[in-house]
Amino acid sequence: MSNESLDPRIRRLDLEHVKNGVQPTNSHWITFEVFHQEKRGRQAIHVGIVHAPSPEIALMFAKEQYARRKSTSNLWVVKSSEVFTFASEDEDIFETTPDKTFREPGFYKVRDRIEAYKNKHS
Amino acid sequence: MYGNTFMTAEEAKQMDQTQDNPQKLIAFEARIERGEKIEPGDWMPVDYRKQLIRMIEQHAHSEIVGALPEGTWITRSPGFKRKLALIAKVQDEIGHGQLLYSACETLGKTREEMLDDLLSGKSKYSNVFNYPAKTWADMAVIGFLVDGAAIVNQVINSKGSYGPYCRALERICFEESFHLKQGHDNFVFLATGTNVQREMVQEALNRWYIPLLHFFGPSDKTSVHSEKLMKWKIKLATNDDMRNQFLDQYVPKIREVGLTLPDEKLKKNLETNKWEFSDPDWDEFYRVVNGDGPCNKERLEVRRFAEEQGRWVRQALVNPQDKYVTPFA
Ligand SMILES: [Fe+2]
Ligand SMILES: [Fe+2]
Repeated sequence: MSNESLDPRIRRLDLEHVKNGVQPTNSHWITFEVFHQEKRGRQAIHVGIVHAPSPEIALMFAKEQYARRKSTSNLWVVKSSEVFTFASEDEDIFETTPDKTFREPGFYKVRDRIEAYKNKHS
Repeated sequence: MYGNTFMTAEEAKQMDQTQDNPQKLIAFEARIERGEKIEPGDWMPVDYRKQLIRMIEQHAHSEIVGALPEGTWITRSPGFKRKLALIAKVQDEIGHGQLLYSACETLGKTREEMLDDLLSGKSKYSNVFNYPAKTWADMAVIGFLVDGAAIVNQVINSKGSYGPYCRALERICFEESFHLKQGHDNFVFLATGTNVQREMVQEALNRWYIPLLHFFGPSDKTSVHSEKLMKWKIKLATNDDMRNQFLDQYVPKIREVGLTLPDEKLKKNLETNKWEFSDPDWDEFYRVVNGDGPCNKERLEVRRFAEEQGRWVRQALVNPQDKYVTPFA
């Protein structure tokens, strides 16, 4: 196979830097986080990323990458740089949440009292 | 698809000398021991990051290069249904490469750097893709057995310690099951067909037997593997164990349709429960790894051709304001 392209647009480009492994600046596309919604009414769930020069093309790539199989209702793309998160070493700020059982319905047990009341007053 | 990676003695030695913050290292190893996953922003030892980058990157390149021999058969597929299946499979493989490049990027190496290193020969890809696909029967053997071997490896690796890699592998394994089934379908179709078809698939099997044995890397007896890789759950099974698991699963499926493998010594030792076989030529393995295989040059040339052909499109779309951001997951 020949690397000589017949396409004049390519032949005019300076491709030397590729051989030297040097990337021109501004060669990076934007990173987008991709969210997939399986059906109407379901949550959009984070599934991965794509690289693309614009949100429109990011959606196109996301369709190829994350909607090839199974059903899809919609896709979202968000620039990775627009996502704000906690530092991963701050994970401990969530540590006590599961201990707060007073936030859960199972914490409230009224049956015994009701039974006791009924027995007393019947 | 994916072949196993291996290390030189020098690299293994170097790895054992790296010093990390001892307290953080203890906490890190305890997490892995408990079965927790490590995520991109977490503290990790220098070598953990380095070895993961190397492994995931090689895996990604293997998906991309692995699609090349099959890609050339799309236009020559016998029949429309097989053509559709092959297009879908090849597209999946490229998708696997993309998923893996994404996972690797979370460790700090950009996609462009990885593609450059593939073209310059600095990064490797699985050796098995340096062999030619001569006939349609090679498609059957690749889809069935090379993907089968890759699945053995990928299922094991998906139990590893690095979150983004495990998630990518779970998705990949799910898709690979279709590759395997369509490969098996092609394989059985030829094996149960006319004499000419049977002969074709037998010849393809004979060609792929050695590359398939090589696929899992050098024998445990000769290869260096760092204890750390196992402890950190980067590597989860030895090369010989994976090879044995592969033979266990697939030799019976080859023999049940009356085909053979070109090795008189190949048999299962019922006492040790391990497969025995003639030692495949490991000199050839190293020769091919180092660039001197039947298709090494062609594979990289095709990659380079695609890189150069597509460059003007990618550059035309670049916005000078764009900044590279390491992805989250
Ligand atoms: Fe595959
Ligand atoms: Fe794959």
